[in-house]
Amino acid sequence: MTLDELPRGDRAVVTALDIRGGARRRLMDLGLLPGSAVHAEMTSPLGDPTAYEIRGALVVLRREQARAVHVEPEGR
Amino acid sequence: MSTDLLEEAARLRRGLPDDVGDRIVESLYTDATRLAETSVDRDGAASRLTVDRALDRVLTHRVWGFVAMGVLFFAVFWFTIAGAAVPSDLLYVLLVENGHAWLLDGFAAVGAPWWVTGLLVDGVYLATAWVIAVMLPPMAIFFPLFTLLEDFGYLPRVAFNLDRLFARAGAHGKQSLTMMMGYGCNAAGVTATRIIDSRRERLIAVITNNFSICNGRWPTLILMGTIFVGAVVPPALAGFVAAGAVVAVVILGIGVTLAVSWALSRTVLRGESSVYSLELPPYRPPRILRTLWTSIIDRTLKVLRRAVVMAAPAGAVIWLVGNVHLGDASVAAHLVTALGPIGWVMGLNGVILLAYLVAVPANEIIIPTIVMLTLTLGAPAAGAAPGVMLELGDDAQIGTVLVTTGGWTLLTAVNLMIFTLLHHPCSTTVLTIWHETRSVRWTAVATLLPLALGFVVCASVAGVVRALG
Amino acid sequence: MATPLPTPGVGRTPEPPDAGGACASCALAPEATRLARLGLDPGRYSHVVALAGNPNTGKSTVFNALTGLRQHVGNWAGKTVARAEGGFSYGGVGYRIVDLPGTYSLLSASADEDVARDVLLFGRPDVTVVVVDATRLERNLPLVLQVRQITGRVVVALNLVDEARRHGITVDVRHLARELGVPVVATAARRGEGLPDLLAAIEQVATTDDPPAPLRLVHHDPELERAVATLADQVAARFPSLPNTRWVALRLLEGDPGIEAAVRDGSLGDQAAPTVGAAG
Ligand SMILES: Nc1nc2c(ncn2[C@@H]2O[C@H](COP(=O)(O)OP(=O)(O)O)[C@@H](O)[C@H]2O)c(=O)[nH]1
Ligand SMILES: [Mg+2]
Repeated sequence: MTLDELPRGDRAVVTALDIRGGARRRLMDLGLLPGSAVHAEMTSPLGDPTAYEIRGALVVLRREQARAVHVEPEGR
Repeated sequence: MSTDLLEEAARLRRGLPDDVGDRIVESLYTDATRLAETSVDRDGAASRLTVDRALDRVLTHRVWGFVAMGVLFFAVFWFTIAGAAVPSDLLYVLLVENGHAWLLDGFAAVGAPWWVTGLLVDGVYLATAWVIAVMLPPMAIFFPLFTLLEDFGYLPRVAFNLDRLFARAGAHGKQSLTMMMGYGCNAAGVTATRIIDSRRERLIAVITNNFSICNGRWPTLILMGTIFVGAVVPPALAGFVAAGAVVAVVILGIGVTLAVSWALSRTVLRGESSVYSLELPPYRPPRILRTLWTSIIDRTLKVLRRAVVMAAPAGAVIWLVGNVHLGDASVAAHLVTALGPIGWVMGLNGVILLAYLVAVPANEIIIPTIVMLTLTLGAPAAGAAPGVMLELGDDAQIGTVLVTTGGWTLLTAVNLMIFTLLHHPCSTTVLTIWHETRSVRWTAVATLLPLALGFVVCASVAGVVRALG
Repeated sequence: MATPLPTPGVGRTPEPPDAGGACASCALAPEATRLARLGLDPGRYSHVVALAGNPNTGKSTVFNALTGLRQHVGNWAGKTVARAEGGFSYGGVGYRIVDLPGTYSLLSASADEDVARDVLLFGRPDVTVVVVDATRLERNLPLVLQVRQITGRVVVALNLVDEARRHGITVDVRHLARELGVPVVATAARRGEGLPDLLAAIEQVATTDDPPAPLRLVHHDPELERAVATLADQVAARFPSLPNTRWVALRLLEGDPGIEAAVRDGSLGDQAAPTVGAAG
């Protein structure tokens, strides 16, 4: 599944980034690499960007960006 | 000769798989991860503090998030308005009333010609003293409060809460951060747009930054809110209503920012939106004393110095246009008469428009300019000598002068508040826009668009109010 | 497009060091009395120090602590967008120090990040202090590695260790220093913790005649390796004084517009020839 589908409060591990070039690099700058653990921490009150905890930082991604990140959810 | 190096690079690149860049970068990040894993002992630590989690739950809550945002910003303005009143009055008495009188006595004692006294004391000194009395106290309160919010880590949360609105408007999420900078100074806000990577979205942010009210404009809003809007309710409520009026203009500014961004991104600045990134830092307890110290020294005094530098020559110009006569009336009177009809259409008056012409270099001096012009022009009718305004003790008396001598109404004040939001950027900001965009066209758009909007909105408000009687 | 750094050795003679400095917010411990904050006017200086790092890691806080200036500090990424310069003197030697906008990497695109990259790459400072966030080391190390690929004159300031302690995070400073081949100093710049050690490390790196070599890029693709080697030879022929030709070659293979522009207008060579680094 992709990161935008990860329910709030759940954890997952990144498996792949389905995006090229500058945008991919920016995601990697923010700590999103295959193998990174992510935690969907909170969603903006207006419903769109979501803040994910990634490698100790709280990183905000808009839905269309999160859609490019493939993840494997972690059973809780 | 150096281009063959580039050609060689291009040739070699064609022989490589086309995701080679991504692979190189990825291996770098993998190395970094490995190095971090061998160096850091997390010791089962929660990566985010419970306090931070709890705070975020409230500050980004569907309901409480917006309530908190409103309350925090309202409180900042309320403290500014309520706290500035007394020191402003004291400074006024000291600098404008007494200081001006002493200087007049001094100049009279050495037998200075009337026009020297007029130009220096009634013009330069008075305008400068006025700017200090009006601006220093609110800024000395506003900046430290705002800096405390900033230091705490709250601003990115505002960006997080409002991002969807910006996304819908076709703007970059970081535009809310450059807006925040604009609330201090638009020139700084325009420079801050460098954090936006795409040119298209950066231009949108540059053009709309002017709709964040900068510190040069806060005093005008606060003063209008206090003496006109606050005055229509019982005194006990006046402070709240005044702060509410200011917040309303701020919200209008956010609305205009979104609307203009939307319009630009759908017309002249169409295109793909670029990569978005925002990080929410941990909350950090602000260091209060340090913040007070730096924001007073740096922001307040710096801005004040600029205002004074602008006010001194403006004071001379005001005195000159008020006292140099062409035919039967002063230059100012001619100009005010000429600008009168446009002013009327906009629900303002000729004096206000003339003040905006004189105050092109800096917004800070609008109110002093308006009051001085009103007094200079209206004085004969009120029975005082031109250019003399000793009787103004406090805000209420400024209001009295504007109403009785200038013929102001609540409509004039409200439209002045709107026009304060919607008019051309100050000259420093225009220069900065040119510097950052290197484009005469976009600088012109950024300068004239707000002015056109201001004209339309003020004229509409005036038309509606007049139609309703 | 190169951003030249000031040339050392010009400017007025140093003022008598006023140990402790005049700023009310001095957080430095008394051991730091070898430090004199020189504010905006570094007087005569021998070394140029650049402060790099991810956004919001405390670069401006370090800058302020060393210079006594009040560069804007705020708790969000993006408040520093242009470089700021100041000076200090340490052990009687003048240093000019440049505070840079935060950057996640030297490969990205926004204008504030370009400022940082140009200074590091073309300005060739004597010491690059990479300020990293001890609580988010994984996020910060890619930049450290990229800087290390350009130069060996690097000090890593592991900042915010007070926050790391609060979070129960410990970083093995010695291991990190060994792996990176450069000094790593734990600091909490906001309280002045670790700054004396940081200054000592800066001095050591600035004055050494034998800095560690730039990290060699490792990639395991023979095709790519061949291309890099070929191009690096040509870069070396064209810009003989450039120390990190492999890095430049790799950037050119990727089509990095900033580097291409620097090749086209020759600024890659200009800055490299009369190197600032040789003054130490
Ligand atoms: N607790 C703590 N906070 C720090 C330290 N250094 C900086 N800060 C805070 O971190 C935030 C970012 O600092 P700043 O110097 O502006 O970072 P820059 O973006 O790298 O220039 C500010 O709120 C500082 O007060 C430190 O050592 N400890
Ligand atoms: Mg900074």
